[in-house]
Amino acid sequence: MTVHASRKARAVCAALLTFGTVAAAAVGCSSSGSSAAASSSASGGGTYTFWDPYPQYNNTSDWAKLIESCGTKAGVTVKRTGFDTTALTTQALLAAQQGKAPDILLVDNPVVSTLAKAGALTTTATNGLATGSVAQNILGAGVIDGSTYGVPIGANTLALYYNPKILAQAHVDPASITDWASLTAALAKVKAIGKTGITFSGINTEEGSFQFLPWFWGAGANLTNLDSSQAVAALTLWTTWLKDGYAPNSVIQDTQTTAWQEFQTGNVAFAENGTWQKAGAAAMGAKVIEIPAENGGAAPVPTGGEFFTIPVQKDTSRYATSVKIVSCLSATSNIVKTDNTLNYIAPTKAGQQAQLSGDSSLSDWVSAVGVAKARTGDNLGTKYPVISQQMWTAVQKAESGAATPAAALAAAQSAATAALNK
Amino acid sequence: MTTEQSRTRSAGRPRGGQSRDGAAEAASSRGPRRPPRARVLRSTQWAAWGFLAPVVVYLGLFYAYPLYRNVDLSIRSYTVTSFVSGNAPFTGFANYRSIFASSTFAPALLNTAIFVFVSIGFQFAIGLALAVFFHRNFRLSGLLRALFLVPWLLPLLVSASTWSWMLNSDSGIVNAFLQALGLSQINWLTSPTWSLTAVLIANIWIGIPFNLVIMYSGLQSIPGDVFEAAAIDGASGWQRFWRITFPLLRPVSAITLLLGFVYTLKVFDIIWIMTKGGPATSSTTLAIWSYQLSFGSLLPDFSSAAAVGNVLIIIAVIFALVYVRARHRLEAT
Repeated sequence: MTVHASRKARAVCAALLTFGTVAAAAVGCSSSGSSAAASSSASGGGTYTFWDPYPQYNNTSDWAKLIESCGTKAGVTVKRTGFDTTALTTQALLAAQQGKAPDILLVDNPVVSTLAKAGALTTTATNGLATGSVAQNILGAGVIDGSTYGVPIGANTLALYYNPKILAQAHVDPASITDWASLTAALAKVKAIGKTGITFSGINTEEGSFQFLPWFWGAGANLTNLDSSQAVAALTLWTTWLKDGYAPNSVIQDTQTTAWQEFQTGNVAFAENGTWQKAGAAAMGAKVIEIPAENGGAAPVPTGGEFFTIPVQKDTSRYATSVKIVSCLSATSNIVKTDNTLNYIAPTKAGQQAQLSGDSSLSDWVSAVGVAKARTGDNLGTKYPVISQQMWTAVQKAESGAATPAAALAAAQSAATAALNK
Repeated sequence: MTTEQSRTRSAGRPRGGQSRDGAAEAASSRGPRRPPRARVLRSTQWAAWGFLAPVVVYLGLFYAYPLYRNVDLSIRSYTVTSFVSGNAPFTGFANYRSIFASSTFAPALLNTAIFVFVSIGFQFAIGLALAVFFHRNFRLSGLLRALFLVPWLLPLLVSASTWSWMLNSDSGIVNAFLQALGLSQINWLTSPTWSLTAVLIANIWIGIPFNLVIMYSGLQSIPGDVFEAAAIDGASGWQRFWRITFPLLRPVSAITLLLGFVYTLKVFDIIWIMTKGGPATSSTTLAIWSYQLSFGSLLPDFSSAAAVGNVLIIIAVIFALVYVRARHRLEAT
């Protein structure tokens, strides 16, 4: 063979090899993917997968140890992976798409309806998970079209934290705050002494809707009718607070965390925030009251918190063991320990009693959770995200002065209707 | 045997073969026939294809296929159910019709146009002015030029968060400065009138170094004697800029503007960090809207998001074609 010819042959070989490597890599990827799927769905395997949105807990944490011990009790090894909460929805959908869903998935409650609609989750009727002792209003987020798709790990919700020092200076008695009028009057007194009245999160994300809901529901409004006079009243309350300088302008952009940081400066009298700030509030001497409804009484507040769900598997015999693990994790003694760590309120009466006997200061939160409502409840399911997006847009428009509350909510209602009818 | 074949054979013969081993040479000329020309050509073509293959595969896998998928996604109704079942019914242009009819489309398109053209205009003008300034090479100019590159070196997350803090209504340094001057507070990020201006200011600041670097290197390539000749002929500073610098920088300017256009059209991070496209839709661009549709709520709407994304691609392609035409015309002249 000539030098030229051999050089060409080498070049062709090299090029084909490169091409082959790419192709082989592609094939390799897909074949390794399918073998992983096969092994994860193989029945009788000793390893069960568990995904949760708590990446902050490593393998030496109590949470990880609890999962491990529940796995051991069920006779299997549990492989836990913690994801960021926003990444978890996408991860769960992708895994379901590729038939590689985890055996147990702990997911934020409004996502349950999305995953259930995608057909990624089994119902408790199919998997055999008991829901009997769970409070109905907390379980609501997991009920879609009459079927239940999981059990809550616990619940958190919103209430009104207050700074007793500022209220004392402004001569406001927290017990006098029973409705919107008395709250607004208190804010005026606080402003008069040069302090900021209230902070909340009015941002254009789900957090904004979550924070607006107690006022929306507290006025008697319904999510299926965004432009009702009650809804307008709720949004007018927020915009008036902004216009009158009772709330800082930054609430339009504040997340719940940044709103809380403002409250922690010690210059703000009230903060609408969640159960998870309990420890920080205690450290700064802040107290809590329930969010008042427009005409008195406690306003219904939205529930937060995750649900244990059991995603669809090719091998349905795995469900029985998954149920054993979930039942162990949600057993009263275990769930109380977990909920205390997560700053959640237990979803069962027995659990709540156990929490109260350990810490009586939780009583306000237990009663707040008692009147809480699931965002996806009222059989809204996957309609909720569509409505919520329009609601936070309307809140933003009104807060920033781009539109009046009535006009913003009317536009939101027509946009939501159009999106739902698409 | 033709002369052509013998020529091919002699060309393929190793140099000095005969002198080293005459017997071997004789055997080779009698032995198996050399490949005919057609076969040689074919193997050359194979070699060419072999070399091309990795690029073609790469382009196909990472460019053509995602683009095809994006187009396919936009003409189907792809819901979360389709995600798992893989079943997304064909809906034709329904998604495009719905995004064009959406109340967000007009503000998003207008905001995108304002954001892109105002950003590029300021970035280019300031970048060019700084490039001309630094071209004079004075003491410490290297250090100063390096300082101007800082915005480019910072992660966008850091720059945008810092701007967000500085422009905060109640506790931002910008408002503190305005109030010290006796001016009233501006709600940079929370007012529908100012939010687009706020993200524009940040984006212009971030884009100046890119323009400065490219225009500066463009200036370096202009021969100094052209300026000297102009100076001898009595051209003023302005005349030298408008009649020498600017025309000679035209090819560099064109590519800078095109790249700037594409970069700015797809800007997402700065706006998302600073305003999330709000309040309401006052700083929502097409890129932000596309993200909001697919990942902004608990229920992703991938098909509409893909449709918005395709509109962005079409806009970018139109401007790229304009650039190519302009370049051809420039080369022709």
